[in-house]
Amino acid sequence: MFSLEDITQSVHNWLYETMHPTLALMVEFAIIGVLVIALFAFLGLVLVMMERKVSSWMQLRLGPNRIGPWGWFQTVADTVKLIVKEGMTPNNVDRLLFNLAPILVIIVSMVIMAPIMFAKGFQIWDINIGVLFVSAVSSLSIIGILMAGWASNNKYSLLGAMRSGAQIVSYELSAGLSMLTIVVLTGSLKMSDIIQAQETGWWLFKGHIPAIIAFVIFIIAATAETNRAPFDLAEAESELTAGFHTEYSGMKFALFFLAEYVNIFVVCAIGATLFLGGWMPFHVGNWEQFNHIMDYIPTSIWFFGKTFFLIFVIMWFRWTFPRLRIDQLLNLEWKYLLPISIFNILLVTVIALAGWHF
Amino acid sequence: MNLKQYFADIFNGVKSLATGMKVTGGYFLRHHKEKITEQYPDNRDTLVLAERFRGEVVMLHDENNEHACTGCTACELACPNGTIKIITKFDISPEGKKKKAVDTFIYHLELCTMCNLCVEACPTGAISMANTFEHSVFDRSTLTKQLNKPGSKIRAGVE
Amino acid sequence: MYRETDIIQTIPGTDEMVINVGPQHPSTHGVLHLVLTINGEIVKKVEPHIGYIHRSIEKMCESLTYRQFIYSTSRMDYLAAHTNNHACAMCVEQGMGIEVPLRAQYIRVLMDELTRIASHCLWWGSIAMDCGAVTPFFLAFREREMINTIMEETCGARLTMNYNVPGGVMADIHPTFQQSVKDFVRHFRSKIDEYDELVTGNIIFQSRLKGVGKLSKEDAISYGCTGPTARASGVSCDVRKHFPYEIYNQIDFKEITHTAGDSYARYLMRLAEMRESMNIIEQLIDNIPEGDYLAKTKAVLKLPKGEFYSRVETPRGELGVYIVSEGGTTPYRIKFRSPGFSNLSALDHMTRGHKIGDLVAIMGTLDLVIPDIDR
Repeated sequence: MFSLEDITQSVHNWLYETMHPTLALMVEFAIIGVLVIALFAFLGLVLVMMERKVSSWMQLRLGPNRIGPWGWFQTVADTVKLIVKEGMTPNNVDRLLFNLAPILVIIVSMVIMAPIMFAKGFQIWDINIGVLFVSAVSSLSIIGILMAGWASNNKYSLLGAMRSGAQIVSYELSAGLSMLTIVVLTGSLKMSDIIQAQETGWWLFKGHIPAIIAFVIFIIAATAETNRAPFDLAEAESELTAGFHTEYSGMKFALFFLAEYVNIFVVCAIGATLFLGGWMPFHVGNWEQFNHIMDYIPTSIWFFGKTFFLIFVIMWFRWTFPRLRIDQLLNLEWKYLLPISIFNILLVTVIALAGWHF
Repeated sequence: MNLKQYFADIFNGVKSLATGMKVTGGYFLRHHKEKITEQYPDNRDTLVLAERFRGEVVMLHDENNEHACTGCTACELACPNGTIKIITKFDISPEGKKKKAVDTFIYHLELCTMCNLCVEACPTGAISMANTFEHSVFDRSTLTKQLNKPGSKIRAGVE
Repeated sequence: MYRETDIIQTIPGTDEMVINVGPQHPSTHGVLHLVLTINGEIVKKVEPHIGYIHRSIEKMCESLTYRQFIYSTSRMDYLAAHTNNHACAMCVEQGMGIEVPLRAQYIRVLMDELTRIASHCLWWGSIAMDCGAVTPFFLAFREREMINTIMEETCGARLTMNYNVPGGVMADIHPTFQQSVKDFVRHFRSKIDEYDELVTGNIIFQSRLKGVGKLSKEDAISYGCTGPTARASGVSCDVRKHFPYEIYNQIDFKEITHTAGDSYARYLMRLAEMRESMNIIEQLIDNIPEGDYLAKTKAVLKLPKGEFYSRVETPRGELGVYIVSEGGTTPYRIKFRSPGFSNLSALDHMTRGHKIGDLVAIMGTLDLVIPDIDR
């Protein structure tokens, strides 16, 4: 059966057989770099297209339908346009920070890709503190946003960046705590261990009520962390025109745009890994026949299917809800999500200690 | 805030959000029959406009290239924007009488607001509003039109 | 490091800074320019600067005849062109002493109410969009499109109808008018419940609007607010009830008032008005009397020397038309009392101390149409 694990393993073996280990490692780095950038391009094209189609279908519209079959090449055309567009730097901005900010944001979203398991045995780096790594690195993107907002020398940008700062710092907490729920249940921070623990069933179903609560909180916090509606206060197009990226154009804007979509993919991939079993096929108890059929579907399909389902849910939020106000946003976190998360983690600790989960 | 109120708030909030998501989700699933977009340049052949739709002023000519305009300039006076300019001439009738008639009926489409006042003012029903609406051109001067066709003359019996 | 070129500067001696919202800004719905003084997120002062779309319609009207000037008022409040034309036509009729046929009165009222629904539909979409939800805008346009089609069938245009002329209406209703209006009302009755599900009941939307932008009854009166903005504060000011024109005194309808005076009350106010307008339409649509649609008038209208004032209830409030005549064929002076201008003047009072997000929501609930303010 087709398996990404075999391919990577044979490439790895061949490289180490034919060249010096250091050189082989370098070549592997290069391959991974190219693959990650390719994945970025792919995600940028697919997710933007998906967003536009989902929104148009919810809004009684047709969506992009001119370029290519059913408009599928629209995003390619958009990308070409953004690449050839002049990357304008306005007068009197802080040039260094202004140009650095989009690169920082995109690098952060590249780095979070590391511990994500795309299929069985297909992972860049199975770091033993995988969940912690994701949680830590994803906080860095706020630096890029603050940088962009400050360096733009624009009041709208500054307001957007400050909102974003308050927002991401708050929502880190409940996102971290809801991830911790699964860590408590699994007993490991390693992504591969977490997925392995869900062989008999996904944590969403195995973990009783605490896992479901944690899942809901995670989805809300993930939406907030990626600055998506209804938490898109940093952009808030009807209030701040475009928030922190008001002054950006061309490819620099595209990098922010791309980072947003890649961040959605990453948080949804983490959500799928933690709660929906990552690449693990859907198994039901002792239905041998059913489980066997499920196993035939490649693991990468399972992973991307779950991730894209979560992405769809987040897009569904965006095209349904109005935006929160900044104080309500913080209220929601500090008065509702955080107390519930803390209570939830106590509950799950009791369950894990007593061994009540399946 | 007591605890019961706290959880009731959460429950009602989530319920209201779910109601909203049901609406948009419903549209998402039924999108193929709910969509209302008209693909305009593509549906040009099947496009049906209301018969009263005011697109531009035209002068009605019959098959003998005759119109009903007497050159009375009622429309010119009725127009709020100076869109219409009528140049008159004097026809010599067979009896040798001089009779005022329209020489050139100039219509500035670029000034027209399609208010229909000229059509209302016309005593003989010589002009009316047409359904055409695609007026964009590259050269502004092409919007200044002569409405009476070359060689046309007034229909017999119209006073 | 402080640089001369830094735009981000506070007002010396305070933590406040000045930020320009508009003239090109997504939430001002046009070219309104607000100069905000903010302290962080808190709005300290709002200073509306108007005049970006001033076309001096009032001055223009002085050189147009009484038949001609009506068309130009369609461009004032372009979302309610019909009510604007109605007010002007009524003022001329009042001056000339023209008796409008009953059929024309019915048609005018029907069109007014359809316009009200269409305008409120657009408002509903735009308030949701101001609050960050985009989908309602498209749903609202579906219903608005149906009304526009009805308008196109009967009046000949979708937005700037110019259907009212002194003495009645320009043309008789289209043969399919009654049926399509009935179809629309049936369709809209089911869809307005969906509006409630999607937006009204939404917890985020409610918390964005409730308790925000309070306008007390006294303030509403002193700022001269009219229409749904004032009625949400408990001021009973419906021109249709208090100064009935056409056949409004024969129609059974309620004047809806709320007492809360906040943004949510203004929101509920307009939704309720849409329902009430449908009631009015349903009462009238089957009972349009036979007869003329246009009274016989002279070819050239000359108002007697004097001053004339007429008012109608537009979707945004009271529109007054004030004509001073010297007895000629053109008005000596025309003044439009537009509802948006007075409602905008209350914005500063309502917004102080709220957040920037609230400013947008309050502006949305005021339902400002900038050409109506600037004229």
